[in-house]
Amino acid sequence: MPDANPNSSQALSQRFEPRIVAFFCNWCTYLAADLAGTSRMKYAPNVRVVRVMCSGRVDPQFVLDALAHGADGVLIGGCHPGDCHYQEGNYKALRRYRLLRRMLQDLGIEEDRVRLEWISASEADRLRNAVNDMVERVRNLGPLRLEPTEEVFPEEVTV
Amino acid sequence: MPEKPKVAFYWCASCGGCEEAVVDLAEAILDVVAAVDIVFWPVALDFKRKDVEAMPDGSILATFVNGAVRTTEQEDMVHLLRRKSKLLLAFGSCSHLGGIPGLANLFDRDSIFQTAYRDSPSTVNPEGVVPRMQFRDNGHTVGLPGFYQTVRALNQVVEVDYYIPGCAPTPRIVRTALQTLLGGDLPPKGTVLAPDQALCDECPRKDTKPEQLSISEFKRPHQVLIDEEKCLLAQGLLCMGPATRAGCEAPCIRGNMPCTGCCGPTSRVKDQGAKILSSLASLVEGKQEDEIDRILDTIPDPVGSFYRYSLPASLLRRKKLNNVSNVSTPR
Repeated sequence: MPDANPNSSQALSQRFEPRIVAFFCNWCTYLAADLAGTSRMKYAPNVRVVRVMCSGRVDPQFVLDALAHGADGVLIGGCHPGDCHYQEGNYKALRRYRLLRRMLQDLGIEEDRVRLEWISASEADRLRNAVNDMVERVRNLGPLRLEPTEEVFPEEVTV
Repeated sequence: MPEKPKVAFYWCASCGGCEEAVVDLAEAILDVVAAVDIVFWPVALDFKRKDVEAMPDGSILATFVNGAVRTTEQEDMVHLLRRKSKLLLAFGSCSHLGGIPGLANLFDRDSIFQTAYRDSPSTVNPEGVVPRMQFRDNGHTVGLPGFYQTVRALNQVVEVDYYIPGCAPTPRIVRTALQTLLGGDLPPKGTVLAPDQALCDECPRKDTKPEQLSISEFKRPHQVLIDEEKCLLAQGLLCMGPATRAGCEAPCIRGNMPCTGCCGPTSRVKDQGAKILSSLASLVEGKQEDEIDRILDTIPDPVGSFYRYSLPASLLRRKKLNNVSNVSTPR
């Protein structure tokens, strides 16, 4: 008989665990993650955090590179509007994010896979919720499974 | 008399414009013909595939391939030419980055066949005939090359030594590239034979680019009377110059049209579309989502504008296929 308990070891091992790459800004969101850690908060372990100096440093190429190399989703965290350490960096991030979402949609990638959140240094709970929520949404979407190019064209040279 | 070096030209998924580009060299082509022997050039000379197969491996000094790789025949031919040639060059945007045919990566094979062989208004095809790799008729089997789901740039199929960018490469780019090759002092393998800087650097309107640029509406060329002197970005036109390699001497901008990005990115950029997206989006006015979205609404086709020539060579390479089984099998 199949085990109905969703937390049984069998159900857990079969559950899809999304890989999320997170770019957190040095001044706010990364500190929130630090605070969450020192406060012993628990949240989904699916996120690989990359610290960047500012959300405005997140080149859209980073996001595409992550998706192309196996990430199922990308989370960008920056300071709240008006709070950017570099005055305008988070606004640039917001504009790029709005346009990137449109472009990704045209490329068949669901919009929930890339997300921008404003999380200040004191908002550890907000960080936990954002990560948990993102992991849950991406889990529901399933693996991204971009065309696995090496298998598709075995003779292809690697550049 | 010592034997002249052998040179070949081939075309894959392309429009023929790159062949024109060779002829565009005008009188300079006479110097080329004097210096080399052209041993294979389907558009102009009557050599066949079997002639190429009969040549010893590595006996062609340089083969110039234009066009993206879409079919099994193109794939076979570039493998054959790679084997026969010391140097293999991608000539033009399609073989360099996938080019305009690469925009087919926004669709899958079935919808392309559906449009091309059934739905297009000029098609009369009551029996619903679509290309097939094999067809038997009266005991005879005839075949067509197989059609892949995905269009590829040349370097995604075989190793490429050098790239000559442009759609089509301008005479100056071709001339400079040939001089580099014939000069003997070869640049490192993988070099794009054009200056490694952004087009804005050689743009005739460079001085009119404002220090602080902010865009409140993107305009398309048919919607405005374009000022012939002023930076096109400053006029709200979507110009790919900042994310495009120089070398072409900006003929489009001299013709009062924005750059569409055919020369591809510089060596520091992996993904031309993402780079121009980054650059343009940061110029957008406004700090509120709805305000930003209203401005972005004036870019009707982000993928087609930012990746016009480079979708197959981009990081994502194509629109995500929902059904990934059998993607590798040509049909």
